[in-house]
Amino acid sequence: MPKQLQRILLLLSILVIIFIGLRHYLIPESFGELGHYRANSLLDNEAHIPKYLGNDFCIDCHDSEASLLTIGKHSKIKCETCHGPGFKHVESNEKVDIILPSGRDFCGLCHSLNKARPINKVKQVDIKEHNIEETECINCHNPHEPWN
Amino acid sequence: MELEYKNKKTRRDFFKAAGIFTGGVLFATLLKPYKSLAYKLHEGETSNVWYGIGIDIEKCIGCGRCANACKNENDVPREPFYFRNWVEQYTIKNDGEVIVESPNGGIDGFTQSIPDEDIYKSFFVPKLCNHCYKSPCEQVCPVGATYRSPEGIILVDEEYCIGCRYCVQACPYGCRFIHPKKKVASKCTYCYHRVKKGLNPACMDACPTGARIFGNLRDKSGPLAEFLKEHNCHVLKPHLNTGSKLYYNGLNMEVK
Repeated sequence: MPKQLQRILLLLSILVIIFIGLRHYLIPESFGELGHYRANSLLDNEAHIPKYLGNDFCIDCHDSEASLLTIGKHSKIKCETCHGPGFKHVESNEKVDIILPSGRDFCGLCHSLNKARPINKVKQVDIKEHNIEETECINCHNPHEPWN
Repeated sequence: MELEYKNKKTRRDFFKAAGIFTGGVLFATLLKPYKSLAYKLHEGETSNVWYGIGIDIEKCIGCGRCANACKNENDVPREPFYFRNWVEQYTIKNDGEVIVESPNGGIDGFTQSIPDEDIYKSFFVPKLCNHCYKSPCEQVCPVGATYRSPEGIILVDEEYCIGCRYCVQACPYGCRFIHPKKKVASKCTYCYHRVKKGLNPACMDACPTGARIFGNLRDKSGPLAEFLKEHNCHVLKPHLNTGSKLYYNGLNMEVK
């Protein structure tokens, strides 16, 4: 083999070794196992802790409200839809860690009159006119047992 | 004399050690790609789970509890321009003009800015990631930080994302944003952490009227398959051929 070819082959093999070595350290663990991505990223995405726990947790302590909610128009609504995520409250049992909605606007999120809201799906009132002396809807309407 | 002999030995040792080292590195590096080769052999095999979402526009009352629950569950920044999930209020006037409003994604509720007598028709459209199976965002990612999980969920690898915003531009549905603190792309994950634990995504549970149906498209007796059987559903922007898995019942042609 001519000497110049030997040198070039030597140089080439060194470059190939460097390339493969670099590639090994630059490509992260588990890349390509399930496609063109880091398969361990699935575990990262899975690692978050759920904050909405579901009705079963609420029923353990609040059985009177839960039994009210088995009937009536609000029976299909989950507790946490209005009261917010319960993950803190379940641990601390403190009132400050759960939302106790108040005010006319909160009920108005669903029940204020709006042409876009299907009238057959939800009862609607004009919250700017309906019994405006009262500041709280819940003084007349119990949200756990709404009037039909 | 002795010194020379010592030197000779060291040189041989050096070559030996160097040989073993490079051989070892080469061997290790050659092993690694086999895992992805093994994946290629199984590529195209269908898994049993393939998630999608159905939305019944006729049931949506625009309360915005889905958008609120999403922000709570996933620690999405509360500023009114970062949304993984939001509600739009469409109002079509008698003269044909279409007005789309989404104040704070619908979290604080909607009001009608058009007087009732001018309204021809009005309705709410909840929006979120379509988890397309030929997703443009996944295709443009230059580093493989956006990908489709085996369950058909488009996810972001936050460690690997370089924050180049290419995917934000590519998504035809506007479902991505750059997280202001992490500086990486962020989007709906179908609450992957909940789904993997057997729970529903947070927005599904928060919906008071059952307008959202989450389910496995391959389970032909499941809730989503039943919903698609009973209703004639459409996807958004079908002409883009994104393979969207977000199905709307009662979708008006004005919705873009």
